[in-house]
Amino acid sequence: MFCKKQKNMTQDTLFKLATGTAAFLIPLIMGGILGALVFNALPAIRAFGLKFLITNEWNPATGKFGAAASLFGTVLSSLIAMLMAVPASLFIAAFLSEFAPRWLKKPVRYGIETLAAIPSIIYGMWGLFVVAPFMSQHVQPFLTRYFGFIPLFKGPPMGIGMLNAGFILALMVLPFITSAMYEVFVMTPRETREAAYGAGATAWEVLSRVTLPQSLPGVVGALFLGFGRAIGETMAVTFVIGNTHQISSSLFSAGTTIASTLANEFTEASEGIYLGALFELGIILLFVNLIVIVIGQQWLKKLKQRGF
Amino acid sequence: MKKSITAQAAGFMLAFFVVIGGCGKSDNKSGATSLEAHKQRNNRVKTITGAGATFPYPVYAQWAFRYHNLTGIKINYQAIGSGGGIRQIKSGIVDFGASDAPLTKEELDAAGLVQFPMIIGGVVIVVNIPGVAAGDLKLTPELLADIMRGRIKKWNDSRIKKINPAVNLPDLDITVVHRADGSGTTWIFTDYLSKVSPEWKTTIGRGKAVRWPAGIGGKGNEGVSAYVKRINGAIGYVEFAYALQNNMAYVLLKNRAGNYVKPAIETFQAAAANADWEHAPGFYLVLTNQPGKNTWPITGASFILMHKEQPDAAKARAILDFFHWCYRHGKNDAVKLHYVPLPDKVITAVERMWASEIKSHGKRVWEGK
Repeated sequence: MFCKKQKNMTQDTLFKLATGTAAFLIPLIMGGILGALVFNALPAIRAFGLKFLITNEWNPATGKFGAAASLFGTVLSSLIAMLMAVPASLFIAAFLSEFAPRWLKKPVRYGIETLAAIPSIIYGMWGLFVVAPFMSQHVQPFLTRYFGFIPLFKGPPMGIGMLNAGFILALMVLPFITSAMYEVFVMTPRETREAAYGAGATAWEVLSRVTLPQSLPGVVGALFLGFGRAIGETMAVTFVIGNTHQISSSLFSAGTTIASTLANEFTEASEGIYLGALFELGIILLFVNLIVIVIGQQWLKKLKQRGF
Repeated sequence: MKKSITAQAAGFMLAFFVVIGGCGKSDNKSGATSLEAHKQRNNRVKTITGAGATFPYPVYAQWAFRYHNLTGIKINYQAIGSGGGIRQIKSGIVDFGASDAPLTKEELDAAGLVQFPMIIGGVVIVVNIPGVAAGDLKLTPELLADIMRGRIKKWNDSRIKKINPAVNLPDLDITVVHRADGSGTTWIFTDYLSKVSPEWKTTIGRGKAVRWPAGIGGKGNEGVSAYVKRINGAIGYVEFAYALQNNMAYVLLKNRAGNYVKPAIETFQAAAANADWEHAPGFYLVLTNQPGKNTWPITGASFILMHKEQPDAAKARAILDFFHWCYRHGKNDAVKLHYVPLPDKVITAVERMWASEIKSHGKRVWEGK
């Protein structure tokens, strides 16, 4: 008996050691990546300082670089994506959890999972060859005709640009947000919902007053999961955004994101300062993601304080 | 600059048949004997690694495939981009680097490198204007520069109409399509624009990536050709093979002699033949805007970079043997993939440079084949 206890102890110690080492890998990898990024970005950090964040110039020929256009494009395209994807996801998840008959649930959920598994380059190609012509021939002329007084919808209808990038991103984050929302919706206690129905509430009232408030922390988590994914998405965006370092008020015009700038320009950059600027963009992307995570966490904390 | 997978696949298939067919017909006897010599000399060397430009990748891969079948020596070429190729040869990770933009003599000396041209290709202007077919539209260098910088905004601009009286040009916005990624194609194209337009030279300049005043960017040749095909009124520049494979409407361009020429293997060859390689230090020569009445003005060479001081004489000899074989026996492959082989006098000059410049422990590596 004593022997067995000792064996258990050594096993425990070993297990603790193994898990501890594995957990230690996370800060190690983070630190390593950040260290390498900062080291390689040094020439650009020295040359441009904080001005890098607010200048829009991106000129490899003269060695002048600024991240403003890439940063702007990253945030804007992700916001457009969220604007389109969140309402759609909410409705799909609500349908699945509240109304869908059992025989329909499974195929729809499989469909969502399949969407999530499509490689991003496929979305990019589809965006370029199918969505772009449709946008330029139908969607953009329509928007210009009826909403052209808003600067957002002015400019030549190329089909390529911010709007298309946002749309493709929306499709890409949709399955993630939908399945995360669905998971939290079905976790709402059945009794509560049935009680609400019993009290005469409509389906919309049950969703907006019972299910959604109950599962709000989970929904917020789903939103930030999607947003974080949209920000870092690379190949699909590169195909459809037009890859131009400019900040424009029109959603029809071309732009660029940090990830697509890196994908485009890294292979041929040979001079120190150009490479440095690209590495610095990498650091910025890391921090944008970090900020998104922090905001998400803060929001959740607030919700918890209010009793969720 | 990258060719499509179909072209590469076709190349490999072709190579396959060439190899099969070649067994029966001893079509190059001298080649066979020199290959025996290659094998014996290099039996210790199994693999050669190189990295760099994507533009010549299809032909390098094709050569490597055939050479491997003939000699058993494996050439492992990674098309990671010219910038990456320069970085890797400088740090000694690979045996040779490849770049579409030549390094200057000073840059070469600073890094202890030599450079020589391997293959020639052309950059073509393509448009998508309803009713305008390949070869219909003519442009002068000045017009091209003004279009690319966004100064001429409509296809029915009076200056374009003036030299194209027979073409029915619509009232259509011009959309400039350029490369979004850094690229040797862009380097060659902006080098040309800098030569023909002093204003371009001072305000935009030449580079593998520049600050484009107008238009949108596509990734790779395939990105540019896809955008040009999608957008009515688009104009872009792609490597020759892309214009051919995608059936795109190319533009005739006025060369230095004042003739409107069509992009073709012959007009690229004319550019290479008229260039003065002998007097270019470090073979630093850009083939844009060369003289000659049939010369296509936007032609460019792709270069190989090697270290002057080679640690391993046998390996260095094996590498040069491979390039020698490509020069002498790779011409058909090159033409079939829409590249232009180097003129013989340039090859002679390159091999003379090998003999005098590349050394291993003080001894010359190249003594002829």
